[in-house]
Amino acid sequence: MAPRTLQQKLAILSDAAKYDASCASSGTTRRDSRDGGIGSSGGMGICHAYTPDGRCISLLKILMTNFCIFDCAYCINRVSSNVERARFTPEEVVTLTLEFYRRNMIEGLFLSSGIIRSPDQTMGDMVRIARMLRVDNGFKGYIHLKTIPDAAPELVAEAGLYADRLSINIELPQDASLRELAPEKRPETIRAAMADVRLSREAAKEKSHSGKRPPRFAPAGQSTQMIIGADAATDRDILKTSANLYSGYDLKRVYYSAFSPIPDASAALPLIKPPLMREHRLYQADWLMRFYGFEADEIGAAHPSGFLDLAIDPKLAWALANRAQFPVDLARASREMLLRVPGFGTKTVTRILAARRNGPVRYGDLLRMGAIMSKAQPFVTLPDWHPGALTDSAGLRARFAPRPEQLQLL
Amino acid sequence: MIRVDLPRFGRFDAWRAAARQLAGNRIDSAQVTWADGDSPAELFGADPLPPPGPHPVTASRDFLDLARTVSSHSDPERWALLYGALIRLQDDRGFIANPADPLTDRLGRMAKSVRRDIHKMHAFVRFHELPSDGPRRSFGAWFEPEHPILEAGTPFFAKRFADMDWLIATPQGIARFDGAITYAPPAPRPDFPPDANHALWHIYFANIFNPARIKTHAMRSEMPLKYWKNLSETALIPEMLADAPRRVQAMRDAGASDAPAFAARVTARIRQIPNDRPPETLEAARDQALRCTRCELCHAATQTVWGEGDPAAPLMIVGEAPGDHEDLQGRPFVGPAGQLLHQAMAGAGLDFAQAWMTNAVKHFKFVPRGKRRIHQTPAAGEIRHCKGWLDLERRFVRPRLTLALGATAAFALTGNRSPLTPRRGTVETTQDGGPVLITWHPSLILRLEAGAAAQARDQFATDLSQAARLLAAA
Repeated sequence: MAPRTLQQKLAILSDAAKYDASCASSGTTRRDSRDGGIGSSGGMGICHAYTPDGRCISLLKILMTNFCIFDCAYCINRVSSNVERARFTPEEVVTLTLEFYRRNMIEGLFLSSGIIRSPDQTMGDMVRIARMLRVDNGFKGYIHLKTIPDAAPELVAEAGLYADRLSINIELPQDASLRELAPEKRPETIRAAMADVRLSREAAKEKSHSGKRPPRFAPAGQSTQMIIGADAATDRDILKTSANLYSGYDLKRVYYSAFSPIPDASAALPLIKPPLMREHRLYQADWLMRFYGFEADEIGAAHPSGFLDLAIDPKLAWALANRAQFPVDLARASREMLLRVPGFGTKTVTRILAARRNGPVRYGDLLRMGAIMSKAQPFVTLPDWHPGALTDSAGLRARFAPRPEQLQLL
Repeated sequence: MIRVDLPRFGRFDAWRAAARQLAGNRIDSAQVTWADGDSPAELFGADPLPPPGPHPVTASRDFLDLARTVSSHSDPERWALLYGALIRLQDDRGFIANPADPLTDRLGRMAKSVRRDIHKMHAFVRFHELPSDGPRRSFGAWFEPEHPILEAGTPFFAKRFADMDWLIATPQGIARFDGAITYAPPAPRPDFPPDANHALWHIYFANIFNPARIKTHAMRSEMPLKYWKNLSETALIPEMLADAPRRVQAMRDAGASDAPAFAARVTARIRQIPNDRPPETLEAARDQALRCTRCELCHAATQTVWGEGDPAAPLMIVGEAPGDHEDLQGRPFVGPAGQLLHQAMAGAGLDFAQAWMTNAVKHFKFVPRGKRRIHQTPAAGEIRHCKGWLDLERRFVRPRLTLALGATAAFALTGNRSPLTPRRGTVETTQDGGPVLITWHPSLILRLEAGAAAQARDQFATDLSQAARLLAAA
């Protein structure tokens, strides 16, 4: 077989990487190239392009290699798949990253890999690439490294010195599914790896006896991803798992990835249409947990089936199920309660709190401040607006849900 | 009418200087015409700027930041709006902080639109490599922003690409960087030589796309069509979209395939078949416990926390269950309660290394609250499920004396669930027939308020000393 060209490798190894949803490049330390090297980072992430699947391209997201000795049923790169295989040299990865970066196409590199020979060998090669970028080339851009399960702690410790973010995928919302579909992976070692990263990050924030600060460890934190729709977990199960992960490992993000059919699929999984709306509702629910003070169970309990309402957003669904707490008086309500009003985002609530110090806030003011009043109407009282019987009306959900489609006779 | 002519570059600073002078005379906004390069000459002539006026003029830093941003908006009225806001600010300090004020709202929206345009410039400028005769590499780009943001948007590139020369040409002017940025008037759109890395970029763009998920709305809202003409990769989108259904159908039709021959060999080599036979060593028992799923706790906890210490120890210390720190580190008694135990043991002359330290339940039980995990006491069923592991530890360690810390450990060891207070300090018999000294759990001492804590601490120390005596006598 003729050796693959760089073009072929790039095609194969970016195709193999696209099932990782994360492309974040925000929230790391501020640095730039005025004192040498190339690149800058810190502050807001930048999406340099979008593909028609609605995902942003912020990083060069590639696999170092898609050869893999594991046999995870949901993964295109599992050992039992017939997918084309390729492997970059470390120099190729470094050159691609720097040349794309210089043309302002990317914020940096998101490097993952299939597992070749052993977890330590794989992680060692990935760390070497990160070291070449950071140390040999003075690269100040963003680096996200995937942590290989069961890799030696020293390798993860070195990875954290070069990478802005480390991540290890929890893969599936329930342990039993992971044990069944990914027999080489173990949920407890995946969680233990997240715990190690959390402890290393905390240790790096503490000053030593001499008052010196140790080097930063993965300053943009860690994230994880779980696949939605490949097992029977309900949304409530999924949100509970997320809440456990957020509380235990100080995760920046849990990514939800609608299970999407892969070429050369395993017989163990259905070739379903990816549940994109479900994925979207889970992201909304996740936001409610992180920024709006909701607990996983409150959101999950809004519907007895344990699944989120696909027709309306989870905050509206919660409000409809808890109408006794509404309408709220905008002039008096606490920040916590305002955050629970459908149609009010965190920025809107901050603006409301600032505006009501200057006088009464009316319907038109709310519109200007970004509130979605069509949603908020039944849930607030204002000097010039009272929902009356609307809050408790039986047809309230129907006002928001899209009209059900009439079935046609064939 | 007073006319102020603003230069092509450095317009904001010119506006600021003129505005300060005008506001010092409290000249009404309606009497000022702000002209930039494109404005026609005044039909009836114009008055010059008056000399500095008698009134003090002040503005907050927040307003100046907002004004600087708004000054990059394409709205020709922006200068007059900003001057009007400055005049109003002299008597009405608060309006700019009130989001319900219509002028605050309008300026806020303009600033937001400018920030977005600058952000999109940082995202969508694409450099092409140019021939270079010096040691520094050279790059050029053409970009068409919505607002006149050339000056506001380019310092970002100077920080990011300090080691190369670059130019960004726009319809409003050209920014050149060779260690410092200089600005020049606009010129016709330059032609850039072909750059092989753009072809690689197209390969990446086409292959990172997942044809099974089509969400063009998200793509269009974040990468608006107005920018597409200068983003060469967008030319690939129509074909990517057109081809997507065929690729998905092909995946469905192909279905599952037969694994390549080597796959089974690789799997056979690396897959660990769990050994579920009764363990014959403490190590084997531990390996099985690490995979335990007998109760529900394993799903939320990080890992099994197995005992630690001297496997031939005469003393076994049994706590309740791992806490937050123990769960993260995978080791028993490393949190605050463990530290208290260490201190108390040292005080009683007990050597930590000569004991087997473990818990009645091997997984952490908690409820998540935001970024914290709140400890929960294990239920009787969980204690019973985990008892098998404790029994195995006891069978291999065979301690002469056991110390039960708290009610959970006492229950697990004796089967007796009666209240702890009357039992504390006494020696009972474990279900497997050994002596067990019952005492407080150190985390209880940490939870009690000062007076009660001091008393419990004394009792804890007394009990540990008693344990040391019992060990010495046996």
